[in-house]
Amino acid sequence: MNFAVLVFPGSNCDIDCYKAVEQTVGQPVDYVWHTATDLSKYDCIIVPGGFSYGDYLRSGAIARFAPVMAEVAKAAAAGKYVIGICNGFQILTEAGLLPGALRRNTSLKFRCHSSILRVENNKTPFTTQYEVGELIDIPIAHGEGNYYCDEATLAQLKQNNQIVFRYADNPNGSVEDIAGVCNEQGNVVGMMPHPERAVNQLLGSEDGKKMFTSILNAWREQHGAASIG
Amino acid sequence: MAQQVSAKEPTAEQIADQQIYKQFGVSEQEYELICGFLGRQPNYTEIGVFSVMWSEHCAYKNSKPLLRRFPVTGERVLMGPGEGAGIVDIGDNQAVVFKIESHNHPSAVEPYQGAATGVGGIIRDIFSMGARPIASLNSLRFGKLESERAKYLFEHVVSGIAGYGNCIGIPTVGGEVMFDESYEGNPLVNAMCVGLIDHDKIQRGVAKGIGNPVFYVGPATGRDGIHGATFASEELTAETEAKRSAVQVGDPFMEKLVMESTLELINSGIVVGIQDMGAAGLTCSSAEMASKAGNGLELYLDEVPQREPNMTAYEMMLSESQERMLFVVEPKDEAQAREIFERWGVICAKVGKVTDDGRLRLIHQGEVVGDMPVQALVDECPIYNKPSAVPAYYIENEKVDTTRYAEVTDLTGALEKVLASPTVASKEWVYSQYDYMVRTSTAVQPGSDAAVVLVDGTRKGLAMTTDCNGRYVYLDPEVGGRIAVSEAARNIVCSGAEPLAITDNLNFGSPEKPDIFWQMEKSVDGMAEACRELNTPVIGGNVSLYNENRKGAIYPTPVVGMVGLVHDTDHITTQAFKKEGDVILLLGNTQAELGGSEFQYVVHGVTEGRPPQLDLATERTLLQTVLSAIQQGLVASAHDLSDGGLATALAESCISGNVGASVNFTADLRPDFALFSESQSRIVLTSTPENAERLAAYVREQGVPVQQIGTVQGNDLNILVNSKPAIAAPVSQLAKVWKDAIPCLMK
Repeated sequence: MNFAVLVFPGSNCDIDCYKAVEQTVGQPVDYVWHTATDLSKYDCIIVPGGFSYGDYLRSGAIARFAPVMAEVAKAAAAGKYVIGICNGFQILTEAGLLPGALRRNTSLKFRCHSSILRVENNKTPFTTQYEVGELIDIPIAHGEGNYYCDEATLAQLKQNNQIVFRYADNPNGSVEDIAGVCNEQGNVVGMMPHPERAVNQLLGSEDGKKMFTSILNAWREQHGAASIG
Repeated sequence: MAQQVSAKEPTAEQIADQQIYKQFGVSEQEYELICGFLGRQPNYTEIGVFSVMWSEHCAYKNSKPLLRRFPVTGERVLMGPGEGAGIVDIGDNQAVVFKIESHNHPSAVEPYQGAATGVGGIIRDIFSMGARPIASLNSLRFGKLESERAKYLFEHVVSGIAGYGNCIGIPTVGGEVMFDESYEGNPLVNAMCVGLIDHDKIQRGVAKGIGNPVFYVGPATGRDGIHGATFASEELTAETEAKRSAVQVGDPFMEKLVMESTLELINSGIVVGIQDMGAAGLTCSSAEMASKAGNGLELYLDEVPQREPNMTAYEMMLSESQERMLFVVEPKDEAQAREIFERWGVICAKVGKVTDDGRLRLIHQGEVVGDMPVQALVDECPIYNKPSAVPAYYIENEKVDTTRYAEVTDLTGALEKVLASPTVASKEWVYSQYDYMVRTSTAVQPGSDAAVVLVDGTRKGLAMTTDCNGRYVYLDPEVGGRIAVSEAARNIVCSGAEPLAITDNLNFGSPEKPDIFWQMEKSVDGMAEACRELNTPVIGGNVSLYNENRKGAIYPTPVVGMVGLVHDTDHITTQAFKKEGDVILLLGNTQAELGGSEFQYVVHGVTEGRPPQLDLATERTLLQTVLSAIQQGLVASAHDLSDGGLATALAESCISGNVGASVNFTADLRPDFALFSESQSRIVLTSTPENAERLAAYVREQGVPVQQIGTVQGNDLNILVNSKPAIAAPVSQLAKVWKDAIPCLMK
């Protein structure tokens, strides 16, 4: 299984995502530049956190025009796995690949700390190894993580089971404590917390590991290979 | 030589006749010297260039004789002071690069940008050496947090550090914040950066190879920050606010691009020399690079990327626009260098060449607009040995008996007061605004004695901390200097690391005042002595003078930034109590030493007397013993005793471990002294019940005084002194006081 970690000018969690893939599933992973025009060789595309284009104008608003984003849209439509973390989530919402938007935290301050999430949906390829209702410790680090969507969208999200994670203790004012959502098909996920920062007990938590192993398992099931624990 | 005269620029004659140089901080004698070096009167651009090169900030003209007293070599030191940052070997062909630098004056007038660009500047110092920055720290001082101005400065300084560090993606992992009236109106903002490098990648700021091209990298030069280095070398006055234009504006996104492209350039192996443009911008980087190679440099100012039209040579040379670098490659490598920056979307312009005549020559619009000997700029600034005198306050304090205070009997109340003091209280309000986890290597997060960052691909880690108690240094600079280094080392050891070296940021008032110069001298002596005894040489640093407000000088605050090596991640230790049943040991002796203590300040409302004493041989033995005990696997938690003494240290370990403790401390002292004295060279250790005997025996064998004082248990902190109840409170209550203090004041 081939992973791509996108690199925009200003991405800064690209290295962490790369390391997390190596450490958790040991699959081939490449850094893919924002100018790339072919993602066909990749099975999972990670849009990492950071401050793409300095987050000037609005988080993710410039990155969504990068050449690689057309390819990400294609991959998403083809059913490949796409995950946006933090700034990556913001980019995916700006690109219209996920519903909703991320506003400034209600505290108006950047917040970085461990956070407890409740798994709401374990049917996505990213969460099959979690139990619904499981509490997991995945840190946050953002200034604009306040998830917003209108009433109609929220109703849709609920109806389609598109809310993937909720905060146990809402740190930013997100609607209904939403920490992560997926698209209708479930193959595109966006979340503000950083699972790539939770794969090593020495750093505080390894609850994010199962996201990466879930992805590999989902891919293997799709391709008839044996799954891993 | 042609005289380029802009309509608003005075002529060389006017500069001489009207003594305009004095506005730039150049004295009459210095002006005469400059004329001698040039063989004529300097023009406006030249006097500008000389004035920044000869400012305290660049030339250390008032502090150099003192800096020479520091030990700067050691078996692990690969590079000492003089380059962008010092470098220390950590084995396996790897080394750690670190430096601290101040941005006090800019932060006093424009706290967000002042602090942000302070962070940006120190990060450039690290990556210009070829190192990958892996962590930042900061040491901050503000007036009392009840003051509106202090709140404003605190809020925006923290926000500026967060804004820059978070965006560029370097974790801000630690530091310290203290509050005291002494810093009202003149906050201290010292930023430290730590990087990792392979030995063979170490760069130097040298302009070698006659005829080699000189490249400028980074955003265009604007009119911001002109004369920043001079600004940093003056006292803040009522007119300071009007100097807001001397503060630069930072762009962390641009710096991220400059950092990545520069590291790629360095890794390509084609760089001859490289230096960042920090204080005094293009002037300082070009002159220093030429000087280090013994060469000259010709700059074509028309080629310098410019943000604004009609910039003069003077403005371009003195601008401190941020995120800029200067480098030299061989002509054959030009295309490769340009390609790298083009791919990253970073401006790269050829602005000069290396010459053999030892002169810095500036060419603008077809004319030579400046022509100065490099050596005179870099090495010939006069060095002053300022007069020094023992201040009256120091003599007065000799007579102060700090044991005369009426006995405080509500000790739980006193502990809560100390825990609620913003200096001691939880700094979560600060560090939760910093991304301290990016790069996924932060093993010990902010809030313990020292932060620990893992070295990827090894079992090693780097512990880092900043320390200085300005009150101690004020009360006795020599002892205070010793304590600053020793406390940093204690923090490093408590996290399981071997202290390697320090970087220092000497923040003082005006050196023109004999009292202040005495403080500088004595504290440097104390620090130097401690560095020698603890084998932690000084590998670089920064001097910030003229830190004064309406009431006079700030407390002398020589901040120590120390880095230590964790030899194996198994040794990583934190201050948090771990398990119920663990045995608590106190190492070291406790005396009635209240001078400069947090208890004295908070409960008695004064800072007076003499600070705690510190014997360096005792300290060294303590540190070796504790480090060895940790490495032997005998220690569950370790916490240095500092602000607030034993009671505070125990409370902090309980709060961070979310568990209680029962303690009975035996001491031949009044209970309030026993609990809040800040006697030095003390550490609280815990161990499992199985290891407790062995640990105590080992510590005793090394000649370190040790007392088993209690057990980790329950949900309350219960402390008896000489078997009599002294402090009793639920840990949750103490935690609330400690955690809420700063957020409440900042609401």
